[in-house]
Parts: sequence; structure tokens; C-alpha cells
Amino acid sequence: MKYLLSLPATQQVGLLFLILFGGLLLVSAGAVFLAMRDKSPQDDHGLTRFAANLRALWVGAVVFWLAWVSGAAGATILFAVFSFLALREFVTLMQTRRADHRSLMLAFFVVLPVQYVLAGSRSFDLFTVFIPVYVFLAIPVLSALGGDPLRFLERNAKIQWGVMVCVFGLSHAPALLLLDFPNMHDRGPFLVFFLVIVTLAAQMLETFASTRLRRRPVARQIDRSFGLQSWAIACLGAAVVGGLLSWITPFKLPQAMVMALIAGAAGTLGEFVMTALKRDAGVNYWGNTGQVTGAVGLLDRVAPLCFAAPVFFHSVRWYFQLKS
Amino acid sequence: MNKADASGFVLAAVARLITGAQGHWKGVPPKAEQRIYFANHQSHLDWVLIWATLPADLRVQTRPIAAADYWTKTPLKHWLTREVFRAVYVERERREGGPDPLAPLVAALEQGDSLVIFPEGTRSNKGLPQDFKSGLFRLAQQFPHVQLIPCWIDNVQRVMPKGEIVPVPILCTVTFGAPCNLRPDEPKADFLARARGAVIALKPGIAA
Repeated sequence: MKYLLSLPATQQVGLLFLILFGGLLLVSAGAVFLAMRDKSPQDDHGLTRFAANLRALWVGAVVFWLAWVSGAAGATILFAVFSFLALREFVTLMQTRRADHRSLMLAFFVVLPVQYVLAGSRSFDLFTVFIPVYVFLAIPVLSALGGDPLRFLERNAKIQWGVMVCVFGLSHAPALLLLDFPNMHDRGPFLVFFLVIVTLAAQMLETFASTRLRRRPVARQIDRSFGLQSWAIACLGAAVVGGLLSWITPFKLPQAMVMALIAGAAGTLGEFVMTALKRDAGVNYWGNTGQVTGAVGLLDRVAPLCFAAPVFFHSVRWYFQLKS
Repeated sequence: MNKADASGFVLAAVARLITGAQGHWKGVPPKAEQRIYFANHQSHLDWVLIWATLPADLRVQTRPIAAADYWTKTPLKHWLTREVFRAVYVERERREGGPDPLAPLVAALEQGDSLVIFPEGTRSNKGLPQDFKSGLFRLAQQFPHVQLIPCWIDNVQRVMPKGEIVPVPILCTVTFGAPCNLRPDEPKADFLARARGAVIALKPGIAA
């Protein structure tokens, strides 16, 4: 352990990716063997879902590797593209009207690039208030100028939500990568890795616990599996995972556990909220099911991160009094 | 790769970035056969969307119809439709005793090209397509061996409403249905109604 910590930061990060890809390779190989065994149709269904999640993990791991390899500018651009695709997916399912065209143009072609430029240039003060303060005003103004009063509040709320979740939320991932801790130069990837693993652990634990416990769901109309107990288990599990990972972060053990708890709670609750949004839009997945004009289900994958990243980022920044 | 091919490549990439340009081949596989695709018409982007959805080998042999007076007005428009899309030009105004307005389409089909046509004749934004013009029927009569494929283009009117110039990124799909060829002795009105019905039937429902 001492030897590991004595390595330069870049080598540590490289090692982290080596371990990550190695682990993924092992799990994938195991999955291939499992798939060859005889099994009941129910197992088969579980395996298909597992395979889909594994694929998403691979994609995620490759994305983070690319983000690290390509440096600050590359990471920012990469996440900006993800933001763009997620927002495109979000807007598709929201019924916008003709008069919203200008505000949508603003969201896609002005707000999104500016937010990522702010993240990339580490102007974190403006980065934090740009969307909640300035864009919050600009979007309804443009919409009102469109001259269509029908369902005005609803339409604007939808666009602003889309911008908040897909642009503001997701832009905190590259911001985290660039956050400068004292004595912790070039170790941003560890923080992002920490956040992603912790949120993912919370999500998986939540799914696992809710299938095992089979308690009454809190909100049957929205999500048949979301229960308070399983949620609590997920948060605690995230805290434990965070504690186990504390050595890769700038946090001490209790700090890491609390941060992981916060991130896990925000991620699982965010996913729950997105489920409600999907119900409202009348779909089960953001992705394309052949019936709906949709996409690849990117939003399904990034939604927990969209909620966890800003909460995590600002908790860290506030608690450690980081100025840049 | 020459300038026209490169522009086409870039245009298709942009269309895919903005709209996703997903093709759902429900009724037919994307095969390089001679076909007439007919679709609902809501926006200038309709053709670009269908074109971007097609695989590359189908793209080279599929041509749009362009109104000669509008699309040859400026050098850029003319170059774009002639070199990149290889459009078939038609006269919008039908002159008494003039040449048959369908003649360029017939010539293109005789060459073995596939066509994309919008049988409503004009862009509509009232949800369901308007009644089809008879051109489709006449082509179906003259070329019974060419497959007639109904298509539904979804969501494109939200990408670029009439009067706007900058498109907004929203996902669109093109659904390709089963061939809807002319039956023996089918009257014109019946065929056109059936063709319109085949297009509408492809419209995706919102509920999954």
C-alpha cells in the first residue's frame, strides 16, 4: 500500500484503470461461461439484464478512460457530447410546442457549450450559478416572446428540467475531474471513479434489496419496487463501499463514508424521480422500444449520475472550502 | 472522395447528430432493390431524414424529387440538389399542352433508380397527411415491378417548424412499412386511399 501511494499520481490512475479493465474482463469471461450452462427461462431473463448492465459498465469504463487520457479539454468535450445526447433524448419525449423553438435553440446551442466551457476553464463560481440564475430567466423570456400562452408554465418547466438534469447535472462530472484539492494534483479521476462506483453500488443494492425484501412500495403508481427499507440499505451499502474506497480519495474514512452516503442517496432518489418523469411521459424506458421515437436509453444510464454529481461536487467543495 | 460525396457524408452525419435518423424497417428489409418510397410530408428536412436513414448502398440509388423553379434558383441550391442528392427536377406549374410533369420521374425509374416521393404534394402540419395526389397511382400502373414502400416520418416537424431556419435536436424515426403495390383492376381512388392508410398505419403510438 505504501508503495502504491508513493507512485506518481498518473501511474496510480493508470493502475486504477488496469484493475478496472481487468476486473471487467474477469466478470465478462465469467458471464460467458454462465451463458453456456443449462438454465431455466427465468435465469435467462436475469442473465440478459445482467449482460445489458455489463455492457453499460464497459462503455462507462471506456468513457472514463478516454476522459482521463484526453485531459481536461477532452473530458469536457466528451461529457458535453453526452449532455447533448441526453438532452436530445429528454426533449424528444416532452411535448414542446412551436413557440418553444427559440428556447430549445438557446438550451442546445448556447447554454450547453457555455456551461462546459465554464467547467473546462475551472470558473466554478459562475459555473454554479450560470444555469440556476441566468438561464432560469432567459428561457421563459424567449418562450414568452414566442407568443403562445397555452400550457406556458408546463412547457417552460420541462425545458428547464431538461437543462438542469442533462446539462447542469452532468457537467459536474468533468468539473469533479478538474476540481483542485491541495496536495492532490491530477487525481480528479479518482474522485469521479469514487462517485461512479458509489452511485452504481447504491443502485445495484437498491434493485437487489427490493427484489429480496418484497416490501410494500412507497409509491406504487410510480415505481413498483422502490421501498424505504431497500433505499436505506442502498445508502448504507454505498457508505460502506465509500469507506472501502477511501484510500483513493482525499477524504479520511468517516468523510469518505458520509460523502458516499450523500452520493448514493442522491443517485437512487434521482433515479426514482426520473422514473416518475418517464411515467408522466408515458414510457417505461427512455430508450427506444420500437414503439416510441427514442434513442439508445442513454438517459437511463446517466440519470443517477446527473443527480448525484452536483450534490457530491458541492458537498465536497463546501466542506473542504475549495476556492477553485 | 469528391466534393459532392464529402458534402453528402457531412450532411448525413449532421442529420444523424440532430435527429438520430433511426430507420425502423418493419415491413421490408433495407435491400438494394428498385423501390418508390412514399411518405408523409411535414418539413423540408423530410427528404434529408429518409436519405440519412438509408444504408449507404441504398443511398446512392435513391433520388428525391425537387421543384425545378425553387431548387435551381441559386447556384448553391442547384449544386446541392444536382450533385449531392441527384434530384429529379419537376415543374410545379402544369402548362396546358406542355410535357407530362411525371416524365422526369418515369425516366429515372426506367434507368433503375429508386425514388422518394411525397404524394401529398405540399407540407402539412395538421397531424394526419392530406389526400394523396394521383401521381403515385400512375407510377404504380406504369411500373408494376417496382416496390411501393409506405414510410412514416415521425417528429420531424418539431425539429424545424415552418419558418425556422435552425434545427433543434430532437430524435426522429422513419418507419418503413410492407410494400403497398397496385392490385389488379384497383380503381384510382381506392388505391390512393389504401396507400394513405398504409402510411398512417405506421405512425407510432406514444404508449409503449
